[in-house]
Amino acid sequence: MISFFLRRLGVLIPTFLGITLLVFALIHMIPGDPVEAMSGERGMDSARHAQLMTEFGLNRPLPVQYVDYVFKAAKGDLGRSIVTQESVMREFLDRFPATFELSLCAITFALTIGIPAGIIAAFKRNSVVDYGVMGVSLAGYSMPIFWWALLLILFFSVQLGWTPVSGRIAVEYDPEVVTGLMLIDSLLSGEPGAFRSAASHLILPTIALGTIPLATLARMTRSAMLEVLGEDYVRAARARGLSPLRVLTRHALRNALIPVLTVIGLQVGTLLAGAILTETIFSWPGIGKWMVEAIHRRDYPVVQGGILLSATIVIAVNLIVDMLYGVVNPRIRHQR
Amino acid sequence: MNTSNSQLTVAEEGISAPPSPLAELWRDFRRNRGALIGLTLVGLFIFMALFANWIAPYSPIEQYRDSILAPPAWVEGGKAQFLLGTDPVGRDMLSRLIFGTRLSLLIGIISIGLSMSIGIVLGLTAAFSGGKTDTGIMRLMDVLMALPSLLLAVAVIAVLGPGLMNAMYAIAIVQLPAFVRLTRASAIAERSRDYVTASRIAGAGVLRLMFIVVLPNCLAPLIVQGTLGFSTAILDAAALGFLGLGAQPPTPEWGSMLASALEFIQSAWWVVSLPGIAILLAVLAFNLMGDGLRDALDPKLKR
Amino acid sequence: MALLDIKNLSVHFGTEARPIIAVEHLDLQIDAGEVVGIVGESGSGKSVTSLALMGLIDAPGRVSAESFSFDGRNLLTLPKRERRAMLGRDIAMIFQDPMTSLNPCFTVGDHLIETLAVHEGGSRKALRNRALELLTQVEIPDPARRMAAYPHQLSGGMSQRVMIALAIACNPRLLIADEPTTALDVTVQAQVLELLLRLQRERGMALMLITHDLGVVAETAHRVVVMYAGQVMETGKVPSIFTQPRHPYTEALLSALPENNIGRERLQTIPGVVPGAYDRPQGCLLAPRCQYAQESCRTTRPTLASPDAGSQVRCFFPLHTSGPKE
Ligand SMILES: Nc1ncnc2c1ncn2[C@@H]1O[C@H](COP(=O)(O)OP(=O)(O)OP(=O)(O)O)[C@@H](O)[C@H]1O
Ligand code: SF4
Ligand SMILES: [Mg+2]
Repeated sequence: MISFFLRRLGVLIPTFLGITLLVFALIHMIPGDPVEAMSGERGMDSARHAQLMTEFGLNRPLPVQYVDYVFKAAKGDLGRSIVTQESVMREFLDRFPATFELSLCAITFALTIGIPAGIIAAFKRNSVVDYGVMGVSLAGYSMPIFWWALLLILFFSVQLGWTPVSGRIAVEYDPEVVTGLMLIDSLLSGEPGAFRSAASHLILPTIALGTIPLATLARMTRSAMLEVLGEDYVRAARARGLSPLRVLTRHALRNALIPVLTVIGLQVGTLLAGAILTETIFSWPGIGKWMVEAIHRRDYPVVQGGILLSATIVIAVNLIVDMLYGVVNPRIRHQR
Repeated sequence: MNTSNSQLTVAEEGISAPPSPLAELWRDFRRNRGALIGLTLVGLFIFMALFANWIAPYSPIEQYRDSILAPPAWVEGGKAQFLLGTDPVGRDMLSRLIFGTRLSLLIGIISIGLSMSIGIVLGLTAAFSGGKTDTGIMRLMDVLMALPSLLLAVAVIAVLGPGLMNAMYAIAIVQLPAFVRLTRASAIAERSRDYVTASRIAGAGVLRLMFIVVLPNCLAPLIVQGTLGFSTAILDAAALGFLGLGAQPPTPEWGSMLASALEFIQSAWWVVSLPGIAILLAVLAFNLMGDGLRDALDPKLKR
Repeated sequence: MALLDIKNLSVHFGTEARPIIAVEHLDLQIDAGEVVGIVGESGSGKSVTSLALMGLIDAPGRVSAESFSFDGRNLLTLPKRERRAMLGRDIAMIFQDPMTSLNPCFTVGDHLIETLAVHEGGSRKALRNRALELLTQVEIPDPARRMAAYPHQLSGGMSQRVMIALAIACNPRLLIADEPTTALDVTVQAQVLELLLRLQRERGMALMLITHDLGVVAETAHRVVVMYAGQVMETGKVPSIFTQPRHPYTEALLSALPENNIGRERLQTIPGVVPGAYDRPQGCLLAPRCQYAQESCRTTRPTLASPDAGSQVRCFFPLHTSGPKE
């Protein structure tokens, strides 16, 4: 198990270095030099230009700059935002909890509906239920989520007036930041309406962001289930007189969830990509919105840092999923 | 499963030719109702894209200042000459949607074409060279895969700058790893087959082996991936357009049409709903078709 | 009275309009403690029959029978739950491929304890001891260590022993073994078969042994059922069925055996193939391949007749009828 972990890690380190290289190259591939690019259309006199070049260390040879970049990144120093002059890391950490909270809700939403739906569809295969689940999930993963989000707003917020349109909590509440997760902070604040407000702000973004993972999970669960239900050991379990429920939950589900687990890991990428759109639409102050704004403002250090950190999250989560995979799959656990 | 008839003929006469692979594919594909719906829709979209100039009642960028935000014809206040209404600057929605089809298909064709051809070359190179080149290419793909799709596209746009062409490059890069991995995997599987060894012994050069001997036998999964990738390309392009990072106004691209009408979401539902429906239908069509192709090709992949 | 008594069993797949007939008009009796060999070419419906006995045919498969009783209980009218409770307890089954018949997520011990718990219950410790005892009975060395092993850590022979342990866990009266040694190495085949027969003798359980190996049947079975295209062609006692086969198909199977081909230049084979799903002959199913076929064979189906007690044959022109009757 430990050697399995180390082996996975060994593969990930070059990948990670590759990402730093890519992100580093990003700023140097922009036409003109970085300082020019940052200054935008306004232009800049050459003295100031030269001064900035020296200040950012941009006059040194590229390999030196890269090594410097990697070492600084390893220490958590990703430079400063050109617009706010804040440390990129600081800005990221301020916004990350919002994205984390939203993603967590979205994946929970997707799991609690998608997996049971997939199981039921597989169990009742070729029934109306099966066709229904498959049809809805096909529509789900073909859905442009920015449009889906707008429809949700149009219906639930504009027509019915049930949910707010943007932000994380109504303006009259301002719970102290403890965990960064608004649901928890609003509870801790002790104000009666705060939690309700935070929860109602979360509903639509959760649905919007969770729809694609939900559709994907339902499909994957169904096909994994169908595959497992056709396995010899399922037939053998039935031949031993085990009840259908027991066969389903103990023998089939466990094996079917192994591939589904990988798919759950892959959803982290989908969630982060989806956050870019969802957060922009719901004015959700997370890293997706932050990055889109940074691109529009040509705030390259922020774009750079945001991409690096997002990739780090994706890699880390997939490493964790690989580990879990080892735990639930004895064939891997016992590999030496 | 064979019908009794064909089995009998084969058994008794042994001469009737097996159905051609394409005919067989079509037979399997046709049996899938969803796939047929997808194909029909795709056909419809292609038709609209090809003949947009003739079908569309107006130019997609011509502004009719006296009919700003006219609702669709069947809604109260709608004008008969603007079947699906007009947008906030008085352009005909129907014409914009029809021209948008052309753009979306073009985006799909260019980005998938680029991605697939580069992917095939890289994948075959990796499969045939092995060693450091192989590792290098695959590590690069790992790097690209670690970045969430839209995020990678956004990163590419950050370098290249917003715009339709750049959005296509970005999408091509995002999809690259899928094609490289697929090509490499099937090429490695094929490489060890007897017919490849036979051509090698017969003195076929590496390039010939790669593109003429092996590649045609790896096409099935690539075609499926291409079709499914097409839908992702349309979706991502629309998302980039929506974020203002793809096609720029006044280009009638569905995503950017949606974005430019956002403020009218409450007063004029059609400017927001219609482009969304167009995107959804296009994506759905290619997904249905891709799924159908995969199911029809699958038994052959296993064989 | 027979332990298992089936009359007119049919199993159809496909649609109602175009059924695929897997088993048709099958009668089968098995007495307590009896070893019955079932033989027949691939696709003759042996596995489908055994799954139908277990009640494990899933939709779109359809099972029908005139009568179907086990130990005097009518399985056709038995509630689903009770029918299920009989599986593993009264009737058990082992399959062809032991490597895939064990759940990869569970240890050997998990499998055994689960089965025992479902049927018999008891404290975990007692169950564990029973499980250990069973592993010893199927001659698995170092059973305590094997309890914690996962299926992927076992060899094929070892897995089949575990499957056998699972099957005999609750002392079934009938054990169905569907080609239990086909997937195993030649060297362990004999050992596993030996084990099965020992357990059968010791426990006095009936054994329905499905196999392609007529040699094995000749050595082990009391009675043989020969199947072809979903029908029983002949049943008879060992050894008379081997010395005086009544059905042309049985005769053909026997003459295809290597030991009956000594001195010949090439092995005798049965010409032609088993009829496909949709091209079943109108008359005798064997007619296209039978060297004795007459015109009447092509137009009418023979029924299963009993020329004497203990044997049945489905043929208009049975062989060896004038020969000595056993
Ligand atoms: N689920 C099913 N759907 C359709 N046809 C089936 C199904 N299961 C079995 N059959 C058909 O029933 C017939 C009998 O199959 P069966 O597996 O019982 O043969 P068998 O005698 O066990 O052969 P083998 O020696 O190869 O194990 C075959 O022709 C098969 O095609
Ligand atoms: S009935 Fe006729 S065809 Fe059938 S086995 Fe007997 S002799 Fe052969
Ligand atoms: Mg069988």
